Amino acid sequence: MIDWINIIIQGVLVGGLYAMFAAGLSLIFGVMRLVNIAHGDLIVLAAYVSLIVCDTLGINALASIVVVVPVMAVIGYGLQRVLLNRALSDDVLSPLLITFGLSIIIQNGLLEFATADSRRLQAGAIEIESIPLGTDVAIGTLPLIQFVVAVGVIAGLQYLLYYTAIGRAFRATSDDQQVAQLMGLDNRHVFALAMALSLAVVAVAGVLLAVRTNFDPSIGPARLIFGFEAVIIGGLGSLWGTLVGGVILGVAQAIGAQIDPGWQLLAGHLVFLGILAVRPEGLFSKVQG
Amino acid sequence: MDFRVAIPSSRIAAAIFAALLAALIVAPFWAGRQDLRLMSEMYDYLALASLWNLLAGYAGLVSVGQQAFVGLGAYLLFAATMLAGLHPFVAVPLCGLAGAAVAVPVAGLMFRLRGHYFAIGTWVVAEVFRLIASQISALGGGSGISLPASIVISMAPTREMREFTMYWMALALASLVLVAMIALLRSRYGLALTANRDNELAARSNGIDVTRIKLIVYVMTAFGTAMVGAVIFLQKLRISPATAFDVNDWTAFVIFITVIGGIGRVEGPLVGVIVFFALRQTLADLGSIYLMILGGIAIAVMLKAPKGICGWLADRFGWELVPLTRRVDFSIRSNDDNASRGLPKTYEA
Repeated sequence: MIDWINIIIQGVLVGGLYAMFAAGLSLIFGVMRLVNIAHGDLIVLAAYVSLIVCDTLGINALASIVVVVPVMAVIGYGLQRVLLNRALSDDVLSPLLITFGLSIIIQNGLLEFATADSRRLQAGAIEIESIPLGTDVAIGTLPLIQFVVAVGVIAGLQYLLYYTAIGRAFRATSDDQQVAQLMGLDNRHVFALAMALSLAVVAVAGVLLAVRTNFDPSIGPARLIFGFEAVIIGGLGSLWGTLVGGVILGVAQAIGAQIDPGWQLLAGHLVFLGILAVRPEGLFSKVQG
Repeated sequence: MDFRVAIPSSRIAAAIFAALLAALIVAPFWAGRQDLRLMSEMYDYLALASLWNLLAGYAGLVSVGQQAFVGLGAYLLFAATMLAGLHPFVAVPLCGLAGAAVAVPVAGLMFRLRGHYFAIGTWVVAEVFRLIASQISALGGGSGISLPASIVISMAPTREMREFTMYWMALALASLVLVAMIALLRSRYGLALTANRDNELAARSNGIDVTRIKLIVYVMTAFGTAMVGAVIFLQKLRISPATAFDVNDWTAFVIFITVIGGIGRVEGPLVGVIVFFALRQTLADLGSIYLMILGGIAIAVMLKAPKGICGWLADRFGWELVPLTRRVDFSIRSNDDNASRGLPKTYEA
């Protein structure tokens, strides 16, 4: 019994990370109806940026977030202005294929310059600390920090979307691009800001991922899929929904792994497909997909 | 006014195709072993790209998870021959049928996702298939398995004959896919599909049951893709979850071929396959840089010439390798021909 409580707690905490993958994806889909296939690879790119920052400045991995977030945000803004704004169109094909091409470029670029070796970020003693809860249950400090950060990031995004001018611009553009433009918004700039924000979230997620597990250039697509599953489980358009989606996915994977190590990922995917079958609009959907 | 809607057909083009096909059929007698292998691989990719083209270019179902059906067909072939003891030639069409049967419930789930999300959803399905395949210990689990020698020999007694047989199988399958696709597109379903490709809303409002047509195309594509997967791994003689469900090999390259050649055009994959293999033969030694170049070319084509090489040629010079455009012919007075094509009796111009 105690074992299972531990497993579920682990799953919930991992879910925070998945929610962050999902929040970045959900944000840009909401604003510009773009699904970024390269999302997972950008998460891995953020991990490598953090690796470089840690090596050159000699700082703790968690502290490197301060540098990685602005770097990724600038990359996001530039990427949108230079490439992705041209990719946006009414048909599904061109944005999808362009981000797919981008994914291949990032993956193989990392492979070329950083090799296929597995890496990991160092966060010091905090990595193995834990907080005891009762006699048999303990929560790892680092996973707890990750979860709290995830909740904080989602709360921050929620605040930004509903209580600030830029959030209003995002929502206006999401509702009707043409009218938003008539009201004086520059869509190209709004889209680029949304991508910058998305990649800022990606940066936080990438660093936390890289402190938690080993990473190499090939793990991006799986992160995209986890984020995507969390978005669909939670329901399109709902940020808190993505948190619930991430937690459900994390718990399903943790339980699957406990039954059989080969079942970890499969259990997550099956829960996703099950929810798609029973409740295709997700648990907390706000918009029609 | 009376007139007829017809698709012009070119006898010259048909004759050239027939001559080319005849030359390719007798290739084992004029080409070397390496050439035969390369050509077989080109046929496999031509078939996969044509099928993906039908799915994404005409039905608007942009899947990045077709490796699900390549791997499914491949694994079913190994299961049918090794576990059920079927002859490989019997097993290949059965793999196609099984792939189509699996595609029905998969479509039931995936069609709930729109556009972009459909794409990633299909990828999840491929991952599920891959993870299930790596759980099947009778087929080697995660590390894979080789086809036993007895089954290999049952195809043909000598290695040379086996290689010829595999070559002809790949050629036959690619030709079959192309012929079936052209026949489909020249039929009234093709008209509906083309209408859907150009404007889904307009197609719906003209009474086309778009969802049903998409389902038919999805299942047909799965049928073909699973058969191609079975043939590919019959050539490779060895299977593993990682190779059978590889997103790069069976989806990224296939998309590249279609996009370069011209998506939504039958001749697109034909041209795309030639370009892709020319690039591969010259640049593949560059490894990951080669893949970055492919990604870059795909992006550039999507931005600058989204209709690909064939689309660009058609727009600029009016060249069309496979005639599918319906032209209105006012010189005809009778409606009988239209009725036999299943088209309405008269059109108001």
